[in-house]
Amino acid sequence: MIRSEILREIAPIIRDHLVVCNIGLPSQELHMIDDQPTNFYMLGTMGLSSSIGFGLALAQDKAVISIDGDGSVLTNLGTLPTIANNPTGNYTLLIIDNGSYGSTGDQPTYAGKKTSLTAVAKACGCENVIEVQDKDLGPVLQEAIDSDEMTIIVCKCDSGNIKLPVITLDPVVIRHRFMEAVKA
Amino acid sequence: MNIDKKIVDDLVANDVSFVTTVPCKQLAGVIDEVEKRDEIFHIPSNKEDEGMGLCAGAYMGGKRPMIIMQNTALGVTLNTLATLTQFYRMPLPMLISYRGELREPVACQVEMAVHTKALLAQLNIPTYHFHWQKDVEEFDNILKYTFMCNKPVAILTDANFWGGYGDQ
Repeated sequence: MIRSEILREIAPIIRDHLVVCNIGLPSQELHMIDDQPTNFYMLGTMGLSSSIGFGLALAQDKAVISIDGDGSVLTNLGTLPTIANNPTGNYTLLIIDNGSYGSTGDQPTYAGKKTSLTAVAKACGCENVIEVQDKDLGPVLQEAIDSDEMTIIVCKCDSGNIKLPVITLDPVVIRHRFMEAVKA
Repeated sequence: MNIDKKIVDDLVANDVSFVTTVPCKQLAGVIDEVEKRDEIFHIPSNKEDEGMGLCAGAYMGGKRPMIIMQNTALGVTLNTLATLTQFYRMPLPMLISYRGELREPVACQVEMAVHTKALLAQLNIPTYHFHWQKDVEEFDNILKYTFMCNKPVAILTDANFWGGYGDQ
């Protein structure tokens, strides 16, 4: 499965939760598949989906899912020790690991070569790290959201993109409606 | 006056309850004071742009955030300031140790100091420079200003403000 197929499959699972979605194609795909006010679309700032989602999870009690990519996590590897050392049960980090920088033309990442983000997350001190194959993600994600334990999911999948337009929503509109959804 | 205590008293009075830090020798006292306060959740970051991401999330979660960092790291945060904090119009007070200014003992620190105000000006970030201890009196107003206008705001604090480095 490629990332857009995974997002289509998990859309009903994440629909009612706060989602921080990674820059570029992941946000564009989620926006097209199931736009919700509970989705925070990153329009820039590669690497910070995990950090934004984690700050949000620490600041309030609702469940938060950060959708990240292997390339983006590699950009901000320092996020994993921070998450590991300040665990909060309402946080799930979903790393969609297709071994490539999808939004920029599928150049290979080191996560698709020798580097295991699952092992990195564990070495950073994350206690509940699950590596899962794309087709098996749904139940694992549902359980992570339902559980009181913070979970890091590394979902291995194929690289590949679909053609779709950029998000034209104004960033302040995205942020405002998201904050209203957080408060609701 | 204990400026560390005054700064953190002002944070608490302005309901700033989520503080991320990347350490600096000059900031050690204020970071200790942040850590001591029950009203503040203190989360150290590994890098300043990561910290700004945490602050963005905390803000959207209903908390007033702040970052404490060195000016030497300003370069690694420019993209985050422009495409996250400013683009989505979020408030972020940045208490920054202004290394490389008067009474600085380490020459290399000057190399980023000479760019610090220019970079902040280029980003249209309101910038205040604390040089004398009495300058801290403005801190409360700066916090109120930051959360009024929903912008990142820089408070540069040099070695003279922190009392220098002692006998070197």
